[in-house]
Amino acid sequence: MSKPLIGVILGAALGVVDGLTAWFTPAVRDQLGGIVIGSTLKGIIAGIAIGFFAKKFHSLPIGILFGVLVGAFLAFLVALMQGGYYFEIILPGTMVGLIVGFATQKYGNSPATVN
Amino acid sequence: MKWLSDDRLDHLRALVADPDFSSTKYTFVKELARGGMGTVYLAEDTELDRLIAIKVLNTPDVTGDLRGRMVREAQIIARLEHPGIVPVHDVGVLPDGRVFYAMKYVRGSRLDEYAAENSSIRDRLRKFQAVCDAVAFAHAHGVIHRDLKPQNIMIGSFGEVLVLDWGVAKILGRGFSRLDTDWVQGTIIGTRDYMAPEQARGEVEQLDERADIYSLGAVLYFLLTNKLPGEARPRSVNPAISRAAEAICLKAMARSAGERYSSASDLSADVGHLLDAEPVSAYRESALEKVSRWTSKNRFLVLLVLAYLLMRIFFAFTSRP
Repeated sequence: MSKPLIGVILGAALGVVDGLTAWFTPAVRDQLGGIVIGSTLKGIIAGIAIGFFAKKFHSLPIGILFGVLVGAFLAFLVALMQGGYYFEIILPGTMVGLIVGFATQKYGNSPATVN
Repeated sequence: MKWLSDDRLDHLRALVADPDFSSTKYTFVKELARGGMGTVYLAEDTELDRLIAIKVLNTPDVTGDLRGRMVREAQIIARLEHPGIVPVHDVGVLPDGRVFYAMKYVRGSRLDEYAAENSSIRDRLRKFQAVCDAVAFAHAHGVIHRDLKPQNIMIGSFGEVLVLDWGVAKILGRGFSRLDTDWVQGTIIGTRDYMAPEQARGEVEQLDERADIYSLGAVLYFLLTNKLPGEARPRSVNPAISRAAEAICLKAMARSAGERYSSASDLSADVGHLLDAEPVSAYRESALEKVSRWTSKNRFLVLLVLAYLLMRIFFAFTSRP
Protein backbone atom coordinates (compact mmCIF):
# COMPACT_ATOMS: atom_id res chain seq x y z
CA MET A 1 0.00 0.00 0.00
CA SER A 2 1.38 3.42 -0.92
CA LYS A 3 1.95 6.11 1.69
CA PRO A 4 -0.61 8.56 0.19
CA LEU A 5 -3.22 5.77 0.22
CA ILE A 6 -2.49 5.02 3.87
CA GLY A 7 -2.85 8.75 4.58
CA VAL A 8 -6.19 8.92 2.76
CA ILE A 9 -7.62 5.80 4.48
CA LEU A 10 -6.48 6.81 7.95
CA GLY A 11 -7.44 10.46 7.49
CA ALA A 12 -10.91 9.48 6.22
CA ALA A 13 -11.45 6.94 9.03
CA LEU A 14 -10.46 9.41 11.73
CA GLY A 15 -12.53 12.09 9.98
CA VAL A 16 -15.61 9.88 10.12
CA VAL A 17 -15.05 9.18 13.83
CA ASP A 18 -14.39 12.88 14.39
CA GLY A 19 -17.70 13.79 12.70
CA LEU A 20 -19.68 11.10 14.50
CA THR A 21 -18.73 12.49 17.90
CA ALA A 22 -21.01 15.44 17.05
CA TRP A 23 -23.87 13.07 17.92
CA PHE A 24 -23.02 13.66 21.59
CA THR A 25 -23.90 17.34 21.10
CA PRO A 26 -27.72 17.46 20.84
CA ALA A 27 -27.72 20.99 19.42
CA VAL A 28 -25.98 19.88 16.21
CA ARG A 29 -27.30 16.32 16.02
CA ASP A 30 -29.67 17.16 13.14
CA GLN A 31 -26.65 18.32 11.08
CA LEU A 32 -24.71 15.12 11.72
CA GLY A 33 -24.58 14.06 8.04
CA GLY A 34 -23.03 17.32 6.91
CA ILE A 35 -20.59 17.34 9.81
CA VAL A 36 -19.44 13.78 9.06
CA ILE A 37 -18.96 14.59 5.36
CA GLY A 38 -17.07 17.78 6.20
CA SER A 39 -14.77 16.16 8.74
CA THR A 40 -14.16 13.20 6.41
CA LEU A 41 -13.16 15.56 3.59
CA LYS A 42 -10.87 17.39 6.01
CA GLY A 43 -9.30 14.04 7.00
CA ILE A 44 -8.85 13.03 3.35
CA ILE A 45 -7.20 16.36 2.45
CA ALA A 46 -4.87 16.07 5.43
CA GLY A 47 -4.15 12.40 4.58
CA ILE A 48 -3.28 13.18 0.95
CA ALA A 49 -0.97 16.07 1.91
CA ILE A 50 0.78 14.14 4.67
CA GLY A 51 0.96 10.95 2.58
CA PHE A 52 2.65 12.69 -0.35
CA PHE A 53 5.01 14.42 2.05
CA ALA A 54 5.95 11.01 3.52
CA LYS A 55 6.59 9.72 0.01
CA LYS A 56 9.15 12.47 -0.56
CA PHE A 57 10.71 12.80 2.89
CA HIS A 58 11.64 9.77 4.96
CA SER A 59 11.98 11.10 8.49
CA LEU A 60 9.71 10.16 11.38
CA PRO A 61 10.13 13.41 13.39
CA ILE A 62 9.77 15.66 10.32
CA GLY A 63 6.82 13.61 9.07
CA ILE A 64 5.07 13.92 12.42
CA LEU A 65 5.81 17.67 12.58
CA PHE A 66 4.42 18.16 9.07
CA GLY A 67 1.32 16.14 10.01
CA VAL A 68 0.79 18.21 13.14
CA LEU A 69 1.09 21.47 11.18
CA VAL A 70 -1.30 20.35 8.40
CA GLY A 71 -3.81 18.94 10.93
CA ALA A 72 -3.69 22.11 13.04
CA PHE A 73 -4.01 24.39 10.01
CA LEU A 74 -7.04 22.59 8.55
CA ALA A 75 -8.69 22.43 11.97
CA PHE A 76 -8.00 26.15 12.44
CA LEU A 77 -9.83 26.88 9.17
CA VAL A 78 -12.81 24.82 10.36
CA ALA A 79 -12.83 26.59 13.73
CA LEU A 80 -12.66 29.92 11.92
CA MET A 81 -15.76 28.99 9.90
CA GLN A 82 -17.50 27.82 13.10
CA GLY A 83 -16.55 31.04 14.83
CA GLY A 84 -15.62 29.35 18.09
CA TYR A 85 -14.59 26.12 19.86
CA TYR A 86 -11.00 26.75 18.74
CA PHE A 87 -9.40 24.52 21.35
CA GLU A 88 -11.97 21.70 20.96
CA ILE A 89 -11.52 21.66 17.18
CA ILE A 90 -7.81 22.42 16.77
CA LEU A 91 -6.51 19.96 19.37
CA PRO A 92 -8.21 16.86 17.87
CA GLY A 93 -7.34 18.06 14.35
CA THR A 94 -3.71 18.34 15.38
CA MET A 95 -3.90 14.86 16.86
CA VAL A 96 -5.25 13.49 13.56
CA GLY A 97 -2.29 15.08 11.76
CA LEU A 98 0.09 13.53 14.28
CA ILE A 99 -1.40 10.06 13.83
CA VAL A 100 -1.43 10.26 10.03
CA GLY A 101 2.10 11.72 10.02
CA PHE A 102 3.34 8.85 12.18
CA ALA A 103 1.50 6.16 10.19
CA THR A 104 2.60 7.37 6.77
CA GLN A 105 6.25 7.48 7.85
CA LYS A 106 6.15 4.08 9.51
CA TYR A 107 4.02 2.12 7.05
CA GLY A 108 3.48 1.93 3.32
CA ASN A 109 5.76 1.39 0.36
CA SER A 110 8.24 3.98 -0.74
CA PRO A 111 9.05 4.23 -4.44
CA ALA A 112 12.37 2.58 -5.35
CA THR A 113 15.28 4.98 -5.72
CA VAL A 114 16.96 4.96 -9.12
CA ASN A 115 20.61 5.92 -9.12
CA MET B 1 63.37 -46.66 42.93
CA LYS B 2 61.86 -43.24 42.54
CA TRP B 3 58.08 -43.00 42.33
CA LEU B 4 56.44 -40.46 40.04
CA SER B 5 53.54 -38.41 41.28
CA ASP B 6 50.13 -38.64 39.56
CA ASP B 7 50.52 -35.09 38.26
CA ARG B 8 53.89 -35.95 36.77
CA LEU B 9 52.45 -39.11 35.19
CA ASP B 10 49.51 -37.15 33.74
CA HIS B 11 51.95 -34.63 32.32
CA LEU B 12 54.03 -37.37 30.69
CA ARG B 13 50.89 -39.06 29.30
CA ALA B 14 49.78 -35.75 27.84
CA LEU B 15 53.20 -35.24 26.24
CA VAL B 16 52.95 -38.62 24.55
CA ALA B 17 49.35 -38.07 23.47
CA ASP B 18 49.91 -34.54 22.16
CA PRO B 19 50.26 -34.45 18.40
CA ASP B 20 53.68 -33.91 16.90
CA PHE B 21 53.36 -30.89 14.62
CA SER B 22 57.14 -30.64 14.03
CA SER B 23 56.81 -31.43 10.31
CA THR B 24 54.16 -28.72 9.84
CA LYS B 25 54.04 -24.95 10.19
CA TYR B 26 51.91 -25.29 13.33
CA THR B 27 52.87 -25.36 16.99
CA PHE B 28 50.75 -27.06 19.61
CA VAL B 29 48.99 -24.82 22.16
CA LYS B 30 46.36 -26.93 23.92
CA GLU B 31 43.60 -29.48 23.50
CA LEU B 32 40.15 -27.99 22.84
CA ALA B 33 37.78 -30.94 22.49
CA ARG B 34 37.89 -34.71 22.06
CA GLY B 35 35.43 -36.66 19.92
CA GLY B 36 34.93 -40.23 18.75
CA MET B 37 36.94 -39.87 15.56
CA GLY B 38 39.32 -37.05 16.29
CA THR B 39 40.55 -34.45 18.73
CA VAL B 40 40.54 -30.71 18.12
CA TYR B 41 43.61 -28.79 19.25
CA LEU B 42 44.40 -25.12 19.43
CA ALA B 43 47.58 -24.43 17.51
CA GLU B 44 49.53 -21.49 16.22
CA ASP B 45 50.21 -20.98 12.55
CA THR B 46 53.84 -19.85 12.70
CA GLU B 47 53.85 -18.48 9.14
CA LEU B 48 50.76 -16.33 9.41
CA ASP B 49 51.11 -15.76 13.16
CA ARG B 50 47.55 -16.65 14.08
CA LEU B 51 45.72 -19.18 16.16
CA ILE B 52 43.90 -21.96 14.37
CA ALA B 53 42.01 -25.12 15.33
CA ILE B 54 43.41 -28.44 14.15
CA LYS B 55 41.40 -31.64 14.08
CA VAL B 56 43.62 -34.71 14.33
CA LEU B 57 42.60 -38.36 14.05
CA ASN B 58 42.72 -40.01 17.46
CA THR B 59 44.77 -42.97 16.26
CA PRO B 60 47.00 -43.69 13.27
CA ASP B 61 44.78 -45.18 10.61
CA VAL B 62 45.80 -48.66 9.59
CA THR B 63 43.01 -49.42 7.10
CA GLY B 64 42.88 -45.99 5.56
CA ASP B 65 39.11 -45.80 6.16
CA LEU B 66 39.26 -43.18 8.92
CA ARG B 67 41.79 -41.18 6.98
CA GLY B 68 39.47 -41.22 4.00
CA ARG B 69 36.60 -39.96 6.13
CA MET B 70 38.73 -37.21 7.67
CA VAL B 71 39.93 -35.98 4.28
CA ARG B 72 36.36 -36.24 3.04
CA GLU B 73 35.14 -34.06 5.93
CA ALA B 74 37.81 -31.47 5.16
CA GLN B 75 36.86 -31.50 1.47
CA ILE B 76 33.17 -31.08 2.28
CA ILE B 77 33.82 -28.07 4.50
CA ALA B 78 36.31 -26.58 2.03
CA ARG B 79 33.65 -26.65 -0.68
CA LEU B 80 31.01 -25.02 1.49
CA GLU B 81 32.21 -21.43 1.44
CA HIS B 82 29.66 -19.66 3.62
CA PRO B 83 29.96 -17.22 6.56
CA GLY B 84 28.06 -19.73 8.69
CA ILE B 85 30.38 -22.64 7.98
CA VAL B 86 33.85 -22.72 9.53
CA PRO B 87 36.49 -22.58 6.75
CA VAL B 88 39.23 -25.18 6.31
CA HIS B 89 42.78 -23.90 5.67
CA ASP B 90 44.88 -27.00 5.25
CA VAL B 91 44.95 -30.82 5.25
CA GLY B 92 47.99 -32.98 6.00
CA VAL B 93 49.52 -36.01 7.72
CA LEU B 94 51.53 -35.95 10.95
CA PRO B 95 54.80 -37.91 11.27
CA ASP B 96 52.96 -40.60 13.24
CA GLY B 97 50.57 -41.17 10.31
CA ARG B 98 47.59 -39.37 11.76
CA VAL B 99 45.63 -37.18 9.37
CA PHE B 100 44.80 -33.61 10.37
CA TYR B 101 43.06 -30.62 8.96
CA ALA B 102 43.45 -27.01 10.05
CA MET B 103 40.45 -24.69 10.27
CA LYS B 104 39.52 -21.29 11.58
CA TYR B 105 39.67 -21.02 15.36
CA VAL B 106 36.32 -19.63 16.50
CA ARG B 107 36.42 -17.59 19.69
CA GLY B 108 33.09 -17.64 21.44
CA SER B 109 30.75 -20.14 22.98
CA ARG B 110 28.74 -23.14 21.92
CA LEU B 111 25.04 -22.54 21.32
CA ASP B 112 24.04 -24.43 24.47
CA GLU B 113 26.45 -22.33 26.55
CA TYR B 114 25.23 -19.19 24.82
CA ALA B 115 21.60 -20.07 25.60
CA ALA B 116 22.53 -20.71 29.24
CA GLU B 117 23.73 -17.11 29.50
CA ASN B 118 20.08 -15.95 29.59
CA SER B 119 19.92 -14.58 26.08
CA SER B 120 16.37 -13.60 25.11
CA ILE B 121 14.11 -15.83 22.99
CA ARG B 122 14.20 -13.22 20.20
CA ASP B 123 17.99 -13.25 20.20
CA ARG B 124 18.04 -17.05 20.17
CA LEU B 125 15.60 -17.10 17.25
CA ARG B 126 17.84 -14.75 15.28
CA LYS B 127 20.81 -17.03 15.89
CA PHE B 128 18.66 -20.01 14.92
CA GLN B 129 17.78 -18.29 11.64
CA ALA B 130 21.50 -17.94 10.89
CA VAL B 131 21.96 -21.67 11.55
CA CYS B 132 19.08 -22.44 9.15
CA ASP B 133 20.66 -20.24 6.49
CA ALA B 134 24.02 -22.05 6.76
CA VAL B 135 22.30 -25.43 6.62
CA ALA B 136 20.16 -24.30 3.66
CA PHE B 137 23.38 -23.34 1.86
CA ALA B 138 24.84 -26.80 2.50
CA HIS B 139 21.61 -28.45 1.31
CA ALA B 140 21.70 -26.37 -1.86
CA HIS B 141 25.16 -27.87 -2.47
CA GLY B 142 23.93 -31.40 -1.86
CA VAL B 143 25.34 -31.83 1.66
CA ILE B 144 23.32 -32.87 4.70
CA HIS B 145 24.96 -32.46 8.09
CA ARG B 146 23.28 -35.33 10.00
CA ASP B 147 24.53 -34.24 13.42
CA LEU B 148 23.05 -30.80 14.05
CA LYS B 149 22.87 -30.02 17.76
CA PRO B 150 23.68 -27.01 19.97
CA GLN B 151 27.11 -28.49 20.75
CA ASN B 152 28.01 -28.33 17.04
CA ILE B 153 27.06 -24.67 16.66
CA MET B 154 29.37 -21.89 17.76
CA ILE B 155 28.48 -18.29 18.46
CA GLY B 156 31.50 -16.10 17.83
CA SER B 157 32.47 -13.13 19.95
CA PHE B 158 30.81 -10.76 17.48
CA GLY B 159 27.59 -12.79 17.39
CA GLU B 160 28.48 -14.69 14.21
CA VAL B 161 27.03 -18.18 13.95
CA LEU B 162 29.12 -21.11 12.69
CA VAL B 163 28.04 -24.69 12.09
CA LEU B 164 30.80 -27.15 12.94
CA ASP B 165 31.58 -30.85 12.76
CA TRP B 166 30.68 -32.02 9.28
CA GLY B 167 32.37 -35.36 9.97
CA VAL B 168 29.25 -37.45 9.38
CA ALA B 169 27.79 -35.31 6.58
CA LYS B 170 26.15 -37.07 3.67
CA ILE B 171 26.73 -36.05 0.08
CA LEU B 172 23.56 -36.28 -1.93
CA GLY B 173 25.46 -36.04 -5.19
CA ARG B 174 23.78 -32.82 -6.22
CA GLY B 175 25.76 -29.60 -6.56
CA PHE B 176 29.10 -31.41 -6.50
CA SER B 177 30.21 -34.96 -7.05
CA ARG B 178 30.26 -37.67 -4.41
CA LEU B 179 33.48 -37.61 -2.43
CA ASP B 180 33.29 -40.99 -0.84
CA THR B 181 31.01 -43.88 -0.14
CA ASP B 182 28.63 -43.38 2.76
CA TRP B 183 28.02 -45.49 5.83
CA VAL B 184 26.27 -48.79 5.16
CA GLN B 185 22.50 -49.08 5.53
CA GLY B 186 21.56 -49.72 9.18
CA THR B 187 24.32 -47.58 10.68
CA ILE B 188 22.95 -45.06 13.17
CA ILE B 189 24.74 -41.76 12.75
CA GLY B 190 24.17 -38.60 14.77
CA THR B 191 23.06 -37.70 18.29
CA ARG B 192 20.00 -39.50 19.70
CA ASP B 193 18.13 -36.50 21.13
CA TYR B 194 18.46 -34.48 17.93
CA MET B 195 18.08 -37.30 15.43
CA ALA B 196 15.18 -37.71 12.98
CA PRO B 197 13.19 -40.94 13.42
CA GLU B 198 14.30 -42.28 10.03
CA GLN B 199 17.91 -41.53 10.98
CA ALA B 200 17.47 -43.36 14.30
CA ARG B 201 16.21 -46.38 12.32
CA GLY B 202 19.49 -46.39 10.41
CA GLU B 203 17.90 -45.63 7.05
CA VAL B 204 21.15 -44.17 5.73
CA GLU B 205 20.25 -44.36 2.05
CA GLN B 206 16.82 -42.76 2.44
CA LEU B 207 18.07 -39.77 4.43
CA ASP B 208 17.67 -36.39 2.80
CA GLU B 209 17.53 -32.71 3.82
CA ARG B 210 14.45 -33.33 5.93
CA ALA B 211 16.56 -35.26 8.46
CA ASP B 212 18.44 -32.01 9.07
CA ILE B 213 15.12 -30.13 9.26
CA TYR B 214 14.10 -32.44 12.10
CA SER B 215 17.42 -31.77 13.88
CA LEU B 216 16.93 -28.02 13.36
CA GLY B 217 13.47 -28.38 14.94
CA ALA B 218 15.09 -30.17 17.87
CA VAL B 219 17.65 -27.37 18.21
CA LEU B 220 14.75 -24.88 18.17
CA TYR B 221 12.99 -26.94 20.87
CA PHE B 222 16.13 -26.63 23.00
CA LEU B 223 16.38 -22.88 22.38
CA LEU B 224 12.73 -22.33 23.29
CA THR B 225 12.69 -24.50 26.40
CA ASN B 226 16.30 -24.91 27.58
CA LYS B 227 15.52 -28.63 27.71
CA LEU B 228 16.53 -31.55 25.53
CA PRO B 229 13.89 -32.32 22.89
CA GLY B 230 11.34 -34.76 24.24
CA GLU B 231 7.73 -35.89 23.99
CA ALA B 232 6.39 -32.85 25.90
CA ARG B 233 5.12 -30.00 23.76
CA PRO B 234 7.38 -26.91 23.99
CA ARG B 235 4.63 -24.77 25.57
CA SER B 236 4.09 -27.30 28.33
CA VAL B 237 7.78 -26.92 29.21
CA ASN B 238 7.91 -23.14 28.72
CA PRO B 239 4.42 -21.53 28.72
CA ALA B 240 5.98 -18.15 27.89
CA ILE B 241 6.53 -19.05 24.24
CA SER B 242 3.85 -18.34 21.66
CA ARG B 243 1.63 -20.93 19.97
CA ALA B 244 3.13 -19.93 16.63
CA ALA B 245 6.67 -20.63 17.90
CA GLU B 246 5.54 -24.01 19.18
CA ALA B 247 3.86 -24.79 15.85
CA ILE B 248 7.06 -24.02 13.93
CA CYS B 249 9.03 -26.29 16.23
CA LEU B 250 6.51 -29.14 16.00
CA LYS B 251 6.23 -28.88 12.21
CA ALA B 252 10.03 -29.10 11.87
CA MET B 253 10.05 -32.08 14.25
CA ALA B 254 7.17 -33.96 12.62
CA ARG B 255 7.75 -37.72 12.83
CA SER B 256 6.89 -38.11 9.17
CA ALA B 257 9.46 -36.42 6.93
CA GLY B 258 6.70 -35.40 4.51
CA GLU B 259 5.00 -33.25 7.13
CA ARG B 260 8.13 -31.22 7.90
CA TYR B 261 9.26 -28.01 6.22
CA SER B 262 10.46 -28.87 2.75
CA SER B 263 13.62 -26.79 3.16
CA ALA B 264 15.74 -25.06 5.79
CA SER B 265 15.03 -21.79 3.97
CA ASP B 266 11.28 -22.26 4.54
CA LEU B 267 11.93 -22.92 8.22
CA SER B 268 14.15 -19.83 8.41
CA ALA B 269 11.47 -17.75 6.66
CA ASP B 270 8.79 -18.87 9.13
CA VAL B 271 11.05 -17.97 12.07
CA GLY B 272 11.58 -14.58 10.40
CA HIS B 273 7.82 -14.08 10.15
CA LEU B 274 7.51 -14.97 13.82
CA LEU B 275 10.15 -12.37 14.72
CA ASP B 276 8.39 -9.73 12.60
CA ALA B 277 4.99 -10.51 14.21
CA GLU B 278 3.66 -11.74 10.87
CA PRO B 279 1.59 -14.89 10.25
CA VAL B 280 3.60 -18.13 10.10
CA SER B 281 2.78 -20.98 7.72
CA ALA B 282 2.86 -23.58 10.51
CA TYR B 283 0.06 -22.03 12.54
CA ARG B 284 -3.48 -20.99 11.64
CA GLU B 285 -4.37 -18.22 14.06
CA SER B 286 -7.86 -17.23 15.19
CA ALA B 287 -9.34 -13.79 14.46
CA LEU B 288 -8.65 -12.77 18.05
CA GLU B 289 -5.01 -13.84 17.76
CA LYS B 290 -4.70 -11.91 14.50
CA VAL B 291 -6.00 -8.75 16.19
CA SER B 292 -3.77 -9.34 19.20
CA ARG B 293 -0.68 -9.85 16.99
CA TRP B 294 -1.48 -6.75 14.91
CA THR B 295 -2.08 -4.68 18.03
CA SER B 296 1.15 -5.76 19.66
CA LYS B 297 3.06 -5.06 16.43
CA ASN B 298 1.50 -1.60 16.06
CA ARG B 299 1.27 -0.73 19.73
CA PHE B 300 2.21 2.93 19.38
CA LEU B 301 -0.27 3.65 16.58
CA VAL B 302 -3.06 1.91 18.53
CA LEU B 303 -2.23 3.99 21.63
CA LEU B 304 -2.31 7.21 19.57
CA VAL B 305 -5.71 6.36 18.06
CA LEU B 306 -7.10 5.40 21.47
CA ALA B 307 -5.83 8.65 22.97
CA TYR B 308 -7.48 10.53 20.09
CA LEU B 309 -10.82 8.76 20.57
CA LEU B 310 -10.78 9.39 24.33
CA MET B 311 -10.08 13.05 23.68
CA ARG B 312 -12.96 13.31 21.18
CA ILE B 313 -15.36 11.72 23.65
CA PHE B 314 -14.11 14.01 26.41
CA PHE B 315 -14.66 17.13 24.28
CA ALA B 316 -18.04 15.87 23.11
CA PHE B 317 -19.28 15.73 26.69
CA THR B 318 -17.54 18.81 28.07
CA SER B 319 -18.17 21.32 25.27
CA ARG B 320 -21.97 21.02 25.07
CA PRO B 321 -23.57 24.43 24.60
